[in-house]
Parts: sequence; structure tokens; C-alpha cells
Amino acid sequence: MSEYVVELRNITKRFPGVIALKNMSLAIKPGEIHGLVGENGAGKSTLIKVLTGVHLADEGEILAGGQKVVFHNPVDARSAGIACVYQELNIVKLLSITDNIFMGRSVKKRSGLLDYEAMHKQAHDAMLSLGHDIDPAQECGKLGMGLQQMVEIGKAVSLDARLIIMDEPTSSLGEKEVEQLFKSIRALKEKGVAVLFVSHKLEELFEICDRVTVMRDGEHIITRDIGELDNDKLIEAMVGRTLDNLYPKECTSRGDVYLEVRNLNSAGLLHDISFSAYGGEILGVAGLVGSGRTETFRAIFGADPYDSGEVLVKGKKVVIKSPTDAIRHKIAFLTEDRKNQGLILSQSVKTNLILSNIGEFCSGPFLNDKKIEELGEKNVKALRIKTPSIDEIAGQLSGGNQQKVVIGKWMNSDAEVFIFDEPTRGIDVGAKIEVYHVMNNLVKEGKCVIMISSELPEILGMSDRVLVMRSGRMMAEIEKNSGYFNQEGIMKAAWGGTIPCLVEK
Amino acid sequence: MSRRKINLKDFMMKLGPLMALFFLCAILTAVTSGRFLTYINLMNIFKQTSVNCLIASGMLVVLITAGIDLSVGSNCVLAACVVGVLVQNFGVKNPLVLIIAALVTGLLAGVANGLLLTRLNLPHPFISTLGMKNITLGLALLITSATPVGFFNTGIDPVLYLGSATIAGFPISFIVVVILFSGFHIFLNKTALGRQIYCVGGNPEAARLSGIRSKNVLTFVYGLSGFMCGIAAIVLIGRVSTANATAGTTFDTDAIAACIIGGASFNGGKGTIWGTLIGALIMGTIRNGLNLLGAQNDIQYIVIGAVIVLAVFIDVSRGRMEAKARRLAAM
Repeated sequence: MSEYVVELRNITKRFPGVIALKNMSLAIKPGEIHGLVGENGAGKSTLIKVLTGVHLADEGEILAGGQKVVFHNPVDARSAGIACVYQELNIVKLLSITDNIFMGRSVKKRSGLLDYEAMHKQAHDAMLSLGHDIDPAQECGKLGMGLQQMVEIGKAVSLDARLIIMDEPTSSLGEKEVEQLFKSIRALKEKGVAVLFVSHKLEELFEICDRVTVMRDGEHIITRDIGELDNDKLIEAMVGRTLDNLYPKECTSRGDVYLEVRNLNSAGLLHDISFSAYGGEILGVAGLVGSGRTETFRAIFGADPYDSGEVLVKGKKVVIKSPTDAIRHKIAFLTEDRKNQGLILSQSVKTNLILSNIGEFCSGPFLNDKKIEELGEKNVKALRIKTPSIDEIAGQLSGGNQQKVVIGKWMNSDAEVFIFDEPTRGIDVGAKIEVYHVMNNLVKEGKCVIMISSELPEILGMSDRVLVMRSGRMMAEIEKNSGYFNQEGIMKAAWGGTIPCLVEK
Repeated sequence: MSRRKINLKDFMMKLGPLMALFFLCAILTAVTSGRFLTYINLMNIFKQTSVNCLIASGMLVVLITAGIDLSVGSNCVLAACVVGVLVQNFGVKNPLVLIIAALVTGLLAGVANGLLLTRLNLPHPFISTLGMKNITLGLALLITSATPVGFFNTGIDPVLYLGSATIAGFPISFIVVVILFSGFHIFLNKTALGRQIYCVGGNPEAARLSGIRSKNVLTFVYGLSGFMCGIAAIVLIGRVSTANATAGTTFDTDAIAACIIGGASFNGGKGTIWGTLIGALIMGTIRNGLNLLGAQNDIQYIVIGAVIVLAVFIDVSRGRMEAKARRLAAM
């Protein structure tokens, strides 16, 4: 028996255009609670997928219990004793705890009927080992989120997993439920089960983990006993990246306030959000995934309802109940998920380009084909969209070119406020720089650009001012000339540290 | 260069159902020893296809939005029965009033479908239109006391004209179909609303976030489908000279089949009005040919069923082959 329950050695995983994991190594001891942290996009998800057999590594090897193994599919990983509890639960809410725990491998009597007696007993035992004495015949949908997650963990336990991966297990739990979870994790540790605990919340790592591994850009940075680490050391290990010349920032002068938001609230999502955005500046919005950045701007854009708060455009109070209203007030929103929310993939490039302002391209009820074609050709040239023709189906273009079509659509809508949500996600470096040039040109024309991004270098490289959000709250507003306009400053605000320039309320 | 290639491919795709229609006609000409390929018989096919064409045109627009309208058959007979009751029980003879009554009935039923879907947020148009299908059928039975209303010698010939008259043997109803279909072609391809319908079908969320009022577009689409049922009702009463509440049982599936054979997809965003016309003609031709060969209703249903499955299978295989060709080209 080896010292480690699972060991990854020099794993490399490439996707078209990116290397997601570079020479990544990770070793987990039996009965250890091992933390895994890194910025968004550091490669944690890919690592989990390699460990659970969803992706096959291009290079490197995996050892389970000292034996070399190859996981071609999730079943291979499961039979090697690796189970994963994902962020989104895989619970069938209408079925009982027992049914969920025994899904796909039900115990049958000799008559061929289900042996519920045996299954209930085993399910009860599994839940009991996690510290929960509950009736396994209960319907899962009637349990709280914490207990539902516990059922998932119970499933892993009843499969005799030796390593349970928990991907952001506390993200949807309340304080009390987190306590329950930690109790169960400690119970697992007692049984000698190892846990790989992936979390964005540093304080949790300090509370529960024995050792912590930090990843950055797909690489292993450090693995240390938790006692050797503190908040600052962890953040430094996570960031520690130098800015290069990817960001063609041009200086502009701040104009008048264009968009002002006062005390925006949405139950359970957004709390008292207030800020202003000015013409002629790029306002960066930083924060971890799930901190409420996208939700804030979807509410402002009228895509989702909110409970209370005021939105002012150029000092005048406006009511925005739908995206149509927002567009009338000259607000544009480039969604983070362009395939599902930005483009009509089955339609042509030119149709997508006129989508948000179709009335402008009509003579009476009829589309003015000549005008549309002229505009399409103009957009394709100005944004350097690589497409065989403007009649090409948008779904056939590459990611970067699709993004440019979305940008073109909003530029054609006469907007004055441009909200870019993760504008460079999944596009290559060349296309990224072109997107930055577009932003530069917009602010040079005196327009207001708001850029939500998870990439800190991008936020620092392009913004004139940065808002930082955490847990649905505006945590900090950092001016470019402030001493906190750096990765550490933003990370501290985003991860729950305190910096003195908090937003005045 | 590449642009021309794309257009040629599009052209071939549109041509597929048309070639199938010609092929079908050639076979029927061969096996019916001349009975199929006569002027009178061909005109018969046009006459018999008109009602399905009109209903299918509305259905196509609904299918483009990734929806479905199961109520078209019942809506159509309700509109016909409203005309019947107005003539029989209220003595209305004014053709304009009767025609408007049919159109308004269809339109209201359609708008109701749209409002149920978009304002009550019912999960799928299957539900709202299934509900309306039963409601309008029930209303049609109720107002006619489940007894067909005959229009012979009731003095409303101008109303019956649309469904019964011919010019040199060519049915007026089919001329109306061609004119309306040209209108649909322009509407779907050349107007802002037409483009928006395709966009809502392709991705309703992206359309909404681009400022298109998706709910209003959908309500319009179901209203249009209902309105077409009203027109179909006028043609129907002209053709059979009765208003019968139970006449529309196969109208829904016939209309869906015509659209699907013509290249529309349940996933939305796809389909053309000319494809639908050819789809309806293929169905009409098969029925007619089998009639000439002496086949009964039972056989006709079996053959139509097989044709629907075959048409969609060909369509899906073609899509898969194209995707493969694209992958190969990208390598």
C-alpha cells in the first residue's frame, strides 16, 4: 500500500488554443482533508475532470493506491474509489434518499423486486456515518440544500469511495449547514477517507484542511501544511503573475456621470448596491464567480427583476423593466455566455448584427437589404470579423469572431453605456487585444464602458477605476491612482480581507 | 466564390422535397395508366390541398418559433360552425359579415393560444394549444348541437365561392394559396417581424436580451396561425358546403406533416413557406394516387405515416452528413 490514496504525476491537458494543465502534480494521503485553491481559470475544474475520468490527460500518470491507472470514463474513476460531489447537485428531488443513494445499482430480492429493507438500512448507515440519523425513505426535495448535499456525500460513502472530491461544497449553504458539512467531513476523515476540498473561501480552508495546494495558470505552485500558511501567503501564491503588454490602455479623461445606481436590492442575491459610471472611462468590476457581478448588471439591464433600488441615466430616474427599455435608454449588455445569450447561432451574421436595432434598418415594414448589407460589410471591416460573407451562419464562426459580431450588434444600437460581461473569455490573445481596442475607441468617443471580468490582469490593465464585489455586496471602489490598484488590493477585497477604501454608504 | 457555393447548397436543399414530388408524380403516372396525369385530376389535387396549405402556413410560422399549434383543426371547424350558426339560426346572409365572423373567430382562438402561453407562462405551447383544441372543438359542437349545418340553397354563394369556384378548371382556392404564400415568403424574409420570428425561434433568450419583445412576437405568431385557420374555414365550407364540428380531426397532424416534410424542424428556426407548399402537395398527391389505385383510408394513413418518418430521416441524415463534411473540411 502506498503512502497516497491518489497521486497525479506531471499531468498535462491541452484544449484547442490553451493548455489547461501544465505538468500538474498532486498527491493525497488517506484520511487527509486536502484544500485546492486558485483563481478562476487556474485549472481546478480541469484537474477534477481528469481525476474523475471526464477528461483523459494528454501526458502524465495517475496512481491509485500505488497502482498506475488510466481513467477512460467516470466509471473507471469510480471503481478506483474516487467520487465527486459537484457544485450543482445531481439529486432527483422526487425520489427518496435511498433511491438516490442506490441509483443505478439497486439491490434486488430473488423475486426480482427491489429489496427496500436492505437498501434503507444501508442508506441509513451511510447517512449515520456522516452524523445524520434521518429516515432514508424521505423525499429528497423536502430536505434542505445542506442535507441534499449530504445525500450526495452519502452516495459516495456507500460506494466505498477512498477519495471524495468536493467542488465548492459550501457555495449554496447557510452557516449552520456549513457546520454540518464540516462535521461530516471530519467523520469521513475518522474513517480514513480522503477529501479534496475545492473552495474559494480561504477562511474555510484554514478551518477544515490539513494541507493546501495552490494552482495558477494550470500549474502546481505550492503544497503546504495549513499551519505554514496564512491569508497573505495564500493570496500571493494564487496571484504572483506579472502583467505583460497585453493591455493597450489609452488615457482618456473622465466625463459626466452617465449611469448611477442607488441601493439596488434583490432578495438573497444583491444587497444595497450603489455606484456611478462615467463617460470616457472604463469601469472594471471584479469579484469571484458567484459574487453577484453579472446579477447586478442583468438587473440594471432589465433582464431580471429586482426588489428595490433606483437607476439613473444622465441624472434622470428611469424605469427599466425589460431589455427593450434598457436599449431605449442607450444601455447595451454583452452577455458572458455569447452562445446562449448573445447570438442567434442559427441566423446569419448580418441578421445578428441588426438584431438590437432592427427598426432602424427598415423602410416601412420591410427590411432595407441594401442598408443592412452596407452596414454588415462596414462592421465586418471595422471589427475585422473573419467570415466568408455576411450571409454566413453565426454558429460557424470562431469564438473570437462571434464575440466581435455581438460587439458589432451593440455598436449598431447607438448605445452609450456598454456593459461587457467577461468580454474576452474563451477567445485567443489576438482577438482579445482587438476587443480592448474597441473598448478604447468607445471611451475615446466619450462613451461609458463597464467591464466585468474574472481576469485580474485584464481588470488592472484596462480599467480606470475598479469596483469589487463579494457575496452580492459592493466591497470596494478602487481608483487607478490608489495604492490598492493592484492584484493584492483587489484580491483582498474579493476574498474577504479588509482594505481601507471601502465604498461609503 | 464561397458565397455562390453556399447558395447552390441552399438551392439543392430547397429542391429536395420538390424533386421528391416530381418523382412521386412520375411513379403515379406510370402505375395508374394515365388516370393520374389528367388536367381534371391535377386540379382535384390542388383543390383538396388548399385547406391543408392554409392551415400549414400558420403552423409553419409557429414551428419556426420552436412551438406547436395543436388547436388548428378545431379552430378551423369552430370558425366554420360560427358561419353555419349565423346562417342557420340568425339568418345572416351578408357575405362580408360571415367572412369577417370566420376570420375573427380564428384570430381570437389563436390570440388566446398566444396569451395562454406567454402571460400564464405555461411550460410549452403543447399545453396551451391542447387545451384550446378541446375548448374550441367543444364550442363548435355546442353551438351546432353536434349537427352538421348544410349551406345548399341558403343564399350565401359569395361566401362559398372561394372554396368552390374555378377558372378554366383551376380552383380559385389554390390561387389564393399561391398569393398568400407569396405574402408569407415576403413577410418571413423581408420584414423586421419575420426576421424576429426566426430569431425568437433560434434562441428566445438571446432575442429577449437583444431587445426583441419575445412574448409579443409569440402572441402574434399564434394569432396568425388562428387567423389562417379562419381563412381555411371559408375555403372549407365552400368546398364541402357544410359546417361540421367533427370534420377537422386530421387537420392538425396534416398541417404539421406538411411543414415537416417541407423541411421545418421541431427545434425551430428552420423551414420555408415554399417547402411547406410542396410538403402539402406531396401529401395531397399521395392521397390522390392511392385513391386512384383503389386503396382505402387505412392504407393511406399507413403510407402517409411512413412518408413523414422517411422525410425527417432523410433530413436528419443530411444534416449529419453536412456536419461531418464540415468537420473534415476544418481538419
